[in-house]
Amino acid sequence: MSLHRRTVIKAIATGGALVGASVLMPKLAFAAWNKSAFEAKDQTAAMKALLGAENAENSSEVTLKAPDIAENGAVVPVTVSSTLADVESMSVFIQDNPSPLAAEFMIPAGTAANVATRVRMGKTSKVTAVVKAGGKLYSASKEVKVTIGGCGG
Amino acid sequence: MSMSRREFAQLIGLAGAAGMLPTTGFAAAKQTADPYELENFGNVRLLHITDCHAQLNPVYFREPNVNLGVGTAYGKAPHLVGEKLLGHFGIAPNTLEAHAFSCLNYESAARQYGKVGGFAHLKTLVDRLRETYGREKTLLLDGGDTWQGSGTSYKTRGMDMVKATNELGVDIMTGHWEFTYHQQEILDNIKAFNGEFLAQNVFVTEDALFEGADEYIHDEDTGHVFKPYSIKEIGGARIAVIGQAFPRTKIANPARFIPDWTFDIYDDLLQEQVDAIRANEKVDAVVVISHNGMDVDIAMASRVSGIDVILGGHTHDGMPEPTVVKNAAGKTLVCNVGSNGKFLGVMDLDVSNGKVRGFRYRLLPVFSELIAPDPSMAQLITDIRQPYTSWLNEELAPADEVMFRRGNFNGTFDQVICDALRKVNDAQVSLSPGFRWGTTVLQGQMVTMEHVLDQTCLTYPETYVREMTGAELKLILEDVADNLFNPEPYLQSGGDMVRVGGFDYVCDPTAKIGNRISEMTLDNGERIDANKRYKVSGWATVGARSEGADIWDVVADYLRDRKVASIDKLNTPKLKNVAGNPGIVDYPA
Repeated sequence: MSLHRRTVIKAIATGGALVGASVLMPKLAFAAWNKSAFEAKDQTAAMKALLGAENAENSSEVTLKAPDIAENGAVVPVTVSSTLADVESMSVFIQDNPSPLAAEFMIPAGTAANVATRVRMGKTSKVTAVVKAGGKLYSASKEVKVTIGGCGG
Repeated sequence: MSMSRREFAQLIGLAGAAGMLPTTGFAAAKQTADPYELENFGNVRLLHITDCHAQLNPVYFREPNVNLGVGTAYGKAPHLVGEKLLGHFGIAPNTLEAHAFSCLNYESAARQYGKVGGFAHLKTLVDRLRETYGREKTLLLDGGDTWQGSGTSYKTRGMDMVKATNELGVDIMTGHWEFTYHQQEILDNIKAFNGEFLAQNVFVTEDALFEGADEYIHDEDTGHVFKPYSIKEIGGARIAVIGQAFPRTKIANPARFIPDWTFDIYDDLLQEQVDAIRANEKVDAVVVISHNGMDVDIAMASRVSGIDVILGGHTHDGMPEPTVVKNAAGKTLVCNVGSNGKFLGVMDLDVSNGKVRGFRYRLLPVFSELIAPDPSMAQLITDIRQPYTSWLNEELAPADEVMFRRGNFNGTFDQVICDALRKVNDAQVSLSPGFRWGTTVLQGQMVTMEHVLDQTCLTYPETYVREMTGAELKLILEDVADNLFNPEPYLQSGGDMVRVGGFDYVCDPTAKIGNRISEMTLDNGERIDANKRYKVSGWATVGARSEGADIWDVVADYLRDRKVASIDKLNTPKLKNVAGNPGIVDYPA
């Protein structure tokens, strides 16, 4: 690998990468901030407000990576990728958060559908990634455990 | 010790004649006069220790009478206790071996057979097993939890154990409680360690990499903080050893000591690692030295293929035989070798042309009175202890009954700790972590400061007193119970149930989180109210540092004042849905 991780991270941090910019500043990156979706109190309402439907088809072409147990509920790493064609957007929902919609990433045509972010989780919850591709919705889910910790032997 | 070597030999002979000895395991080797004379097998000998918790001198250690398995773990190793454990492994009752592996007749057998472990005795045994096999064909691997658990390891920040493991000749180790020192101290200790410290599942955080952690980490491109694996050429074979540190370290222990590192179980990365090693390194066997805990190791062995042997620790299960796990590419042997220096695992492998063709396994109990101490290790231990002897040797109070911790729920020593917290800190209720380390004190033996430190010595010992609602208390109990009894091993974190003082409860290990704990009731008979506030004292907080006195001083004060180490009432839960479970025997509630 010729480009060191450190260099890449620096490039992202200084805004040199398009995806990085949207990860760091999701609100600024969107022309139309979907206030009602991000403020919705349940996942169904948030999905409907954001994507216009309450359900998405479970798909093996959507890959959601998240830990089984969060090391720190305040910053849980979540990665979403997809092998579907014509991906338009990728969004992340934390079902039991006060506001379940955590992030939406717009994927411009020709961009690899692979995003990573960190989400805040107050308690154990189902995490769902929804990918919009070719006008249809596809998803993958996983439960992430948040524990108060301690008492390990 | 009341039994001579000759009597011991006769005892073994008798058990053998009765036809009760298995053909594998420690007993198979004991039919000669010398229990440590092993027949050599194969061309590679792996010697394995784990979870010694810095016990340099011989100790008493009682195995659990409660080690419940739920879900697919029900009734399987390691969730077997008492006669069920003996029956499963074909061990004759009332033998030295039965005493080593089970809690049966603990006190009388402990008086008969004496203490276990001790690094000077272990050194003699390790050297002998290396010399008789051919030193160049052996490896000594340590699964971690080596640098913590005693007064001297606390005072020297684990360096006493680095010296002791160097003297012992440990070739490779991985870790868990090693990570309860500060990052720089850990790196300094590893630098002073003569062997290799391996961990394929510890990565640098991206924030830390940005801040310049690349200057010390093993691999900047992969993000591995430590070397993930090592290739050893022994006995004419190439053996790959992969390190697997405790994946829940930052959850079970304070994350603040190691802010720049992140841990987890990565089945996919481990599979890639194993496949790459097999493809590129021309190895004959792949071994993992693991601190996952036995349930997690068994699950991992079923999901990742291509590993021949997992040498495991963390859950302190002294298992006389490996569990054989089938997976996509064949099978994996999963071992676990107990704790506190009590056992030495001996895995002899017949390895050639990229394949393990056979194995012979023995888990040898280290009975200190049957092994002469190694003089130079004994001297090193004396030197390590010398500055602290007056602190360690203070006699606090005689034990009124056997004092122990190990088991899913309160042990007697836990109760003393919980009682001390309530009394000294004037609290209604107390909580104490369900660690699996902590040695045993026999009835009538003097409890010393060292015994208290054996039970409490960690790097975040501060106590607290705070108000909690009944609902908050229940939440804590539910959370810890789920770390212990979740049927999915990857969602467990190891350790036993949190110990409690001043109240009892009902626990259903087979229920789901939120429903395992009920009927929380104070000692005065009053039901704990979800909305009412209670004064709670505890210790070992993983979030922020607490403000109170160190736990060992609280317990020592209590014992000095009480003049006898005794308990008035054992706060242990009433259990539901455990009837017939082979993981419980002689349960008091």
